[in-house]
Amino acid sequence: MPKPLPIAESESASHVSGGAAEAPGVGLRALDELWFQVSGTVCNLRCTHCFISCSPDNHSHWFMSRTEVARHLEESIRWGVKEYYFTGGEPFMNREMLAILADTLALGPATVLTNATLLPQRTVHGLARLAQESSYTLELRVSIDGVSAEMNDAIRGEGTFARAVDAVGRLAAAGFLPIVTTMQTWDDARAEEILDTFRSVLRSVGYERPRLKILPPLRIGAEASRDRPYRDVELVDHAMMDGYPDELLLCSTARLVTASGVWACPILLDAPAARLGDTLAEAVGRPAILSEQACYTCWVNGAVCSNLPGLMADAT
Amino acid sequence: MTDEGADRGAAKPGFRRIAAFGGIYSNHLALEAAVADARKRGVEAMICLGDLGAFGPHPDKVFPILRAHRIPVVKGNYDDSIARGLDDCQCGYTDPRDNHYARLSYRYTFDRTSPENRAFMSTFPDEIRFRLGDLDVLACHGSPRRTNEFLWESTTPTHFLDKLARDAGVDVILGTHTGIHWARAWDATSPGRGAALGAPGVAGSSFRAFVNVGALGRPANDGRTEVWYALLEAEGRALSVDFVPVRYDHEALASEMRAEKLPEEFVETILTGWWTTCLEILPGKERAAGRW
Repeated sequence: MPKPLPIAESESASHVSGGAAEAPGVGLRALDELWFQVSGTVCNLRCTHCFISCSPDNHSHWFMSRTEVARHLEESIRWGVKEYYFTGGEPFMNREMLAILADTLALGPATVLTNATLLPQRTVHGLARLAQESSYTLELRVSIDGVSAEMNDAIRGEGTFARAVDAVGRLAAAGFLPIVTTMQTWDDARAEEILDTFRSVLRSVGYERPRLKILPPLRIGAEASRDRPYRDVELVDHAMMDGYPDELLLCSTARLVTASGVWACPILLDAPAARLGDTLAEAVGRPAILSEQACYTCWVNGAVCSNLPGLMADAT
Repeated sequence: MTDEGADRGAAKPGFRRIAAFGGIYSNHLALEAAVADARKRGVEAMICLGDLGAFGPHPDKVFPILRAHRIPVVKGNYDDSIARGLDDCQCGYTDPRDNHYARLSYRYTFDRTSPENRAFMSTFPDEIRFRLGDLDVLACHGSPRRTNEFLWESTTPTHFLDKLARDAGVDVILGTHTGIHWARAWDATSPGRGAALGAPGVAGSSFRAFVNVGALGRPANDGRTEVWYALLEAEGRALSVDFVPVRYDHEALASEMRAEKLPEEFVETILTGWWTTCLEILPGKERAAGRW
């Protein structure tokens, strides 16, 4: 098993009990990933599978300012944060997004999770300039949920397939290798066919070396009614954590900063129990409680939200 | 450096000038060439940071070279898998194409590594500590905390490296695992914004450095057929790092690989210097610098 990084303020990194339902808990092993809910729950789209039901009128979580983000970036130095992720909502609805990325790329690698429908050419040029000027990588993760307008637009809204694919082509022309992410809505038997079609579509707009990332469905928020909610048995209990390498779970190495507090996980923004404090220092010291059914998906698949999932637990 | 003394509770051995070799990946021709080159440059010791097998032909051929020159080896994820007979190399690929090639390579290497050499691999330590000049050095495979952790130049913040060094209680960390060499020095009193980046060269009590020593097994995805190792020299707390390109008979290696029916994609990498497989683990910046 890997050696946990000692974090003085943290509770034990082993499984701890917590919460009224006594669900298993996971202590933070190291703050490797710092996520920012940089546009709150505000999005220009209204996707039918969104696990936190983001939309133009979902103001339950508001935008973060450059100043707020910069304060957390500064604080992240002492925790030895390895990667910075920006999500929402749609991050490029935040008018300070380029400046926020400039601040971040001075410190470390940045990844933006975007629907790529708000990327005019001047923004693409600005991003390319930031990427060239930093020694750290700037990753753009573009959500496209299907290999055709018919498949994608049924989930993400009319016209979004064409806009996102066009943006991927322009990002590729500017030197990026965007990571195209898609939620799996097909049977495993069709996986190869879907991936091949995806690559063809992306090559048709000049993206010759497509990077694809397939995500499992998170059956909460809008997705619970689009397909199905979790079943009662799809919940993590203590027996399931017995011998399970908890470093596979995102909450063992990450925290999410929002305009209104710090959460255990970017997926659990609607779960009050996942709010671990007002400050990063508080949230680092508290274990995440696996009381939400979305935790089951992470338990099954590992921390797929990271750019490099599936890094197996060190066997030594 | 010998393989008997390193970090077994005894006083740490001390050196001024050493050579550090990363992933060998069964490239016995490159290993021989690198050892000869390092000897010519007058190193006091050599160290290998693990992953002896994978990718190349005849995995047993690297062991006599390491033994003959008494080169200690840190355990890599590949070594750990082979030694323990695990199902895969613990590289963590998710892409089906990458997994296909990783499986081929692992099965080939496992089947052709002798039981004696497998047993020998199980004795490799996770880390080796030693002194270089007045610097405390930790040599590992991926990172001090995890054998299979990728530390790429474009995804590894200086303050993160500083935390690794602090937690390990050392001034310098040597690693490999990614296959692309790079180095960074910094001042531990300001490891965040404004940290001194670039080639090591400054000294002082707060000097820290990380060196990814590269790999001898395959080229560095730079369109060159040479492979790389790191030459490290310290005077007091002043460290210098030179990355040395190693020319070797890469065409002979390619012939051996073809004779062993290893994938033509692997041979292409040896002959062109561009990676053709296992690309998903590359960050965007490093991937964009390559051809595929």
